[in-house]
Amino acid sequence: MDAIGTENTSKNVDSTHEGNENTSVEIKVLFFARARDVTGLTDMPLVVASGSTAENCLYELMSKFPSLKEISNCMVLALNEEYISESTIVKNGDELAIIPPISGG
Amino acid sequence: MESNGNEELSRIIDELKSLKTEKSNIEHRISALEAQLRKIKVKKDDEMPNSNGSCTSTVKSFVDSSFGHGLSPNMIYRYSRHLLLPSFGVQGQSNLVKSSILVVGAGGLGAPALLYLAACGVGRLGIVDHDIVELNNLHRQIIHTEAYIGWSKVESAAAACRSVNSTIQIVEHKEAFRTSNALEIMSKYDIVVDATDNVPSRYMINDCCVVLGKPLVSGAALGMEGQLTVYNYNGGPCYRCLFPVPPPTTACQRCSDSGVLGVVPGVIGCLQALEAIKIASVIGEPLSGRMLLFDALSARIRIVKLRERSSQCKACGENAALTQQQFQNFDYEKFTQSPLSTSPLKLNLLTPTARISSKEYSEKVAGREAHILVDVRPTHHYKIVSLPNSMNIPLPTLEDRLPEISSALKKEEERRGVNTGSSACLYVICRRGNDSQRAVECLHKMGLTSAKDIIGGLETWAHDVDPNFPTY
Repeated sequence: MDAIGTENTSKNVDSTHEGNENTSVEIKVLFFARARDVTGLTDMPLVVASGSTAENCLYELMSKFPSLKEISNCMVLALNEEYISESTIVKNGDELAIIPPISGG
Repeated sequence: MESNGNEELSRIIDELKSLKTEKSNIEHRISALEAQLRKIKVKKDDEMPNSNGSCTSTVKSFVDSSFGHGLSPNMIYRYSRHLLLPSFGVQGQSNLVKSSILVVGAGGLGAPALLYLAACGVGRLGIVDHDIVELNNLHRQIIHTEAYIGWSKVESAAAACRSVNSTIQIVEHKEAFRTSNALEIMSKYDIVVDATDNVPSRYMINDCCVVLGKPLVSGAALGMEGQLTVYNYNGGPCYRCLFPVPPPTTACQRCSDSGVLGVVPGVIGCLQALEAIKIASVIGEPLSGRMLLFDALSARIRIVKLRERSSQCKACGENAALTQQQFQNFDYEKFTQSPLSTSPLKLNLLTPTARISSKEYSEKVAGREAHILVDVRPTHHYKIVSLPNSMNIPLPTLEDRLPEISSALKKEEERRGVNTGSSACLYVICRRGNDSQRAVECLHKMGLTSAKDIIGGLETWAHDVDPNFPTY
């Protein structure tokens, strides 16, 4: 119980520290290769509820750009230049990179 | 006068043509003879201690193994700038000279990779490719020259490598890399460089490297972007660990469809050579477990840390144990839903009555038949070249722009005064005849049931009707 309590407080402190919005976080999404083609963007800001996972972010992105679904099974996700699984929770200011493979040469 | 002029013109053209063929044959003969000569010279040089010829047989005893690193005087001079690098030095060069590297693909990535690997003194360099050199390769495949257009890429690349460094062994594999020959070819080399241009080859080369335990230096380039990773090395992941599911065919793009800025594969190919050299000479920190992303437009290079080897991986995972037999039986074209060859897709969606040949279309134009021609290529393609009086409606916008087509048809009917009962025809064209079929399918669904596609698109038009029509 104690531990949970501390966690909650620290979360609140964190989010108030980072801005007025304590229920959402803003990340920067980087698009590469095919993801860049289908979105027409190299990067974009994305606001999601705090506690959101990378999977939640992808879901948001796919509702904005339905054609991203095409590559959803074949991409590397990196958070702040490190590989992550879809269940990783994103934090305010994170950079989420969507990297489908290129096959040309 | 005019007929004289025409005769003169065709005589000049014919003579030029035959002289050019002769010139190309002579150039090939020269390069073959030069290669032979170099081989003979190298043998002699290796027997002699000094390439400068200043002191010869008297000091022969010094050479051979007397320096303790196996580098001949010739090699010491040629690779001196490597030897002067404290972190590379004699040890690095000796390792390199003893190593063997296989480069699969002598295209945009393979071109610079091969030139650097030959130049730096890799002991044995293998080249696999089954393609021939084409004019539209030369803007990026800088290993090939105009004289080699129409010749095998492997022969062309091998000749270029030999002219840079005649002292290394160059092995020509003039065949497509397939499951049937992959194990045999690859087993003769220490390191593999994937410089191919398609998805099934990438999975096949990866799996073959896993089966044989070879490090894989994998590069890719398209448009303005490049990617580079070392797979299956030092406990790092393989290609399948990262991409267990192949991309859908709609997401697989080729340079021949999407374009590529020539220098982009050049940069990645150079980096592939660098990584292969690092592994071969056992220096530095190869790009294993990391992926380099090159963005030419913003001049940015990012390096992303990758996942560890996946225990679930079908190739290198704990329970995978991919055998040589399984590898040979695996159908990579089926797995990736795309062909191993670079030949473009040929769809066949429509019934013959919904299609006409480019010859038939040219007759309709000549017969002044009332019609509309819709070109469904992207606008930047249309700007390269197009048929006269065509309207450009890119395929993705077709549905929205249907009213434009309908009103154009009406106008054409009014203009031509078509009798009631008959109407203006609607033809659809694209680059190779795939998108035009998709467009006709869509038009039929939307009620324009008379729409027909021109079989084989502008490529066939150029081939069958107008040889002067530019292709790209």
